[in-house]
Amino acid sequence: MADIALNPLGVGCPSGLAPAPDNEAPRSDPAAFVRRDAQGRESLELMVRGAKCAGCIRKIEGGLLALPGVREVRLNLSTGRLSVAWPAGAVRAQTVTEALARLGYAAAPFDPEAVKREVDEEGRRLLRYLAVAGFAAMNIMMFSVPVWSGHGEMGEGTRTLLHWVSALIAIPAALYAAQPFFASAWAALKARRANMDVPISLAVFLTLGISVSETLQQGDHAYFDGITMLLFFLLIGRYLDHRLRQRARTAALDLLALQAVSASRIEADGRIVAVQAREIRVGDRLALAAGERAPVDGVVEEGVSEFDRSMLTGETLPQPTASGAAIHAGVINLSQPLVIRATARAQDSAVAELARLIEIGEQGRARFVRLADKAAALYVPVVHTLAALTFLGWMFAPALLRAVGVEAGDVGVRIALMNAVAVLIITCPCALGLAVPAVQVVATGRLFKRGVLVKSGDALERLAQIDVVVFDKTGTLTLGKPRLTSLASVEVLHAAAALARVSRHPLSRALVEAAGPGVAVKDAREIPGEGIEAQVDGLLLRLGRRSFAAPEAKDAEDGAAELWFKRGDAAPVRFAFQDALRADAADTIAALKARGFAVELISGDRPVAVEAAAHAAGIERWAGGVSPGDKTARLAALKAQGKRPMMVGDGLNDAAAMAVAHASASPGSAIEASQAASDIVLQGAGLMTLVEAIDVAKAARERALENLRFSALYNLIAAPTAAAGLLTPLIAALAMSGSSLVVTLNALRLQWGGPSWKS
Amino acid sequence: MEIMIFLIPVAVLMGLVGLVAFFWSLKSGQYEDLEGAAHRILIDDD
Repeated sequence: MADIALNPLGVGCPSGLAPAPDNEAPRSDPAAFVRRDAQGRESLELMVRGAKCAGCIRKIEGGLLALPGVREVRLNLSTGRLSVAWPAGAVRAQTVTEALARLGYAAAPFDPEAVKREVDEEGRRLLRYLAVAGFAAMNIMMFSVPVWSGHGEMGEGTRTLLHWVSALIAIPAALYAAQPFFASAWAALKARRANMDVPISLAVFLTLGISVSETLQQGDHAYFDGITMLLFFLLIGRYLDHRLRQRARTAALDLLALQAVSASRIEADGRIVAVQAREIRVGDRLALAAGERAPVDGVVEEGVSEFDRSMLTGETLPQPTASGAAIHAGVINLSQPLVIRATARAQDSAVAELARLIEIGEQGRARFVRLADKAAALYVPVVHTLAALTFLGWMFAPALLRAVGVEAGDVGVRIALMNAVAVLIITCPCALGLAVPAVQVVATGRLFKRGVLVKSGDALERLAQIDVVVFDKTGTLTLGKPRLTSLASVEVLHAAAALARVSRHPLSRALVEAAGPGVAVKDAREIPGEGIEAQVDGLLLRLGRRSFAAPEAKDAEDGAAELWFKRGDAAPVRFAFQDALRADAADTIAALKARGFAVELISGDRPVAVEAAAHAAGIERWAGGVSPGDKTARLAALKAQGKRPMMVGDGLNDAAAMAVAHASASPGSAIEASQAASDIVLQGAGLMTLVEAIDVAKAARERALENLRFSALYNLIAAPTAAAGLLTPLIAALAMSGSSLVVTLNALRLQWGGPSWKS
Repeated sequence: MEIMIFLIPVAVLMGLVGLVAFFWSLKSGQYEDLEGAAHRILIDDD
């Protein structure tokens, strides 16, 4: 059973859809983020990770409502937002996060400023336009079908009545529902450009005008049904596109809000208060508990401990720190509580600097031209020229024909204009507007089900173009956690693990994990940077670095991370650790190579460790000890060679390189900033989904191109028909709905087929 | 054909009722959490 294997402790998602959370997540007091409203109600907004099913809703809502004082709990499963409310003073904010942690869900508070009101207003407006256009199209069709089927039999009076009723619905509905197109066309025209919305807006006005004038003259053809149906289809495409972009924007906003870290400030009178990171001033003294992430750059004032800097530099081994040492924002304090003095405000700290680098990289990427926009750039001038030629042709061809001696009567402005408008209507980019968004929605939906979060439609298009894949090592190709690799007797392992249980050091934790459940030694003492010691049954037990536990032992000189264990006078035992590759790392690299991608590995870790990982994964090109700036430079160099590199990374040190790369991906375990900078996020423990994401992106590009080709073909047939004056409202309605249906069905083909990499 | 004088407004009115119902559902936030709504139906409240 998958859920038992994934979820041995019964914490987290009961369905096993989400992996059990990492209980080492940095803790912080959410009290600084509680909001109080005028009615004396306090509320807290949290971002919950790992909630995936009905069981999660019940567990979380039920579990929190059981807390004394809590009045309201509501979990939004789509966004992962949890809002909890209670009467002022009834609940301490930390009890809420503690209860969530007990239930097995990681939660982080939202900055109320950042989440203020980012309700999707535009999405709602588009839905309203869509509803009005749909209502109008369907109701007008109800009047058009009798006109078409009663052709020849229906009296002129009845037909004109039906046309007038149609006009009454179509004119206000079309003028209302076409607003997004008018606005966009107007903006484009003001900037002296033309986009796809210019011919659409023109078609709306001309069609309404012509149809009203036809109705006034009791004419045969009115296009009220056509224009509302056109708007309906176009708005569907517009809405799908908006949903994709909105998902990317929400993901970015969520990450921004999550950077709201709180800190414990030590006041002049010795009290400790929880404050938001951005309220920290230079010179403030902060208490940093074991397991907490430093909110700002600072200097250690009191205490000795070790820092996990893997998120900043990619180093796997913790760095010992003593008072006077400078630390960067983002490092995690591992073993002992510390007092630090802030040397920079949060917005000036090292992490913020990296965030700025990301922004600069993304600005460069904004120049990417989307497939649909390329198509529009070709389409607009062609259609306008064709419509103008049709008008001129019908106006002046008879005169020209007479000039060369052929007998021909004038057709008049009315017919000429009617045929020109028919060209504009029939070529209106229904299929073109749906061609790309429909494919992207289906592709991202399919990938989402497979555990890949695609941030935007552009991301999918860029992903289809890459030719080089650059991996980071720590936490990306590897699990980012050391694993015990040496052998020891069970008895020794358990004795050492009993000591290790008192420590938060990553190597101690790896030892405990290898040994399994057990009890910790009482009265064990941890000496930061050295190790742990205890007296058991009159014997001195020591576990730690060689110089501490077993100074007489010889250096193994293989560069692996190690712990030495010594019990009394017995011979010391060495435990060696390695940052293990992800289970499918080698397969993923092989699959990428088989598809013709060049693969590289660049890491900030020691070259020895990088070489070993590169060898094990089957990567020939690697570089170790690389600084974040050099990573970015390597990506830029690849781009300068005309390559389209993809960066796969997880740490803050990769974020800037990822922003520069043509496309980027990060595993779900990555730090928030990296997830924000990346185009796709691979949830789950494996990397193989990356290959599938690339395959689906390529297939999606194929489908989108097919759709565009089909739209071109359709226009090649339909436009001359309209220009020749053969178009009737019935043909227009059939052609438009038919072509939209074809591109949508073609997009749905993407949904079929299993994982591509198995074949 | 006099019946059309009566039928056309009825038909349009029925369409309008649907439109208003949709606007109401949009406004009352029924589209905020589509996934959650699908799962909540499975929870027994007893």
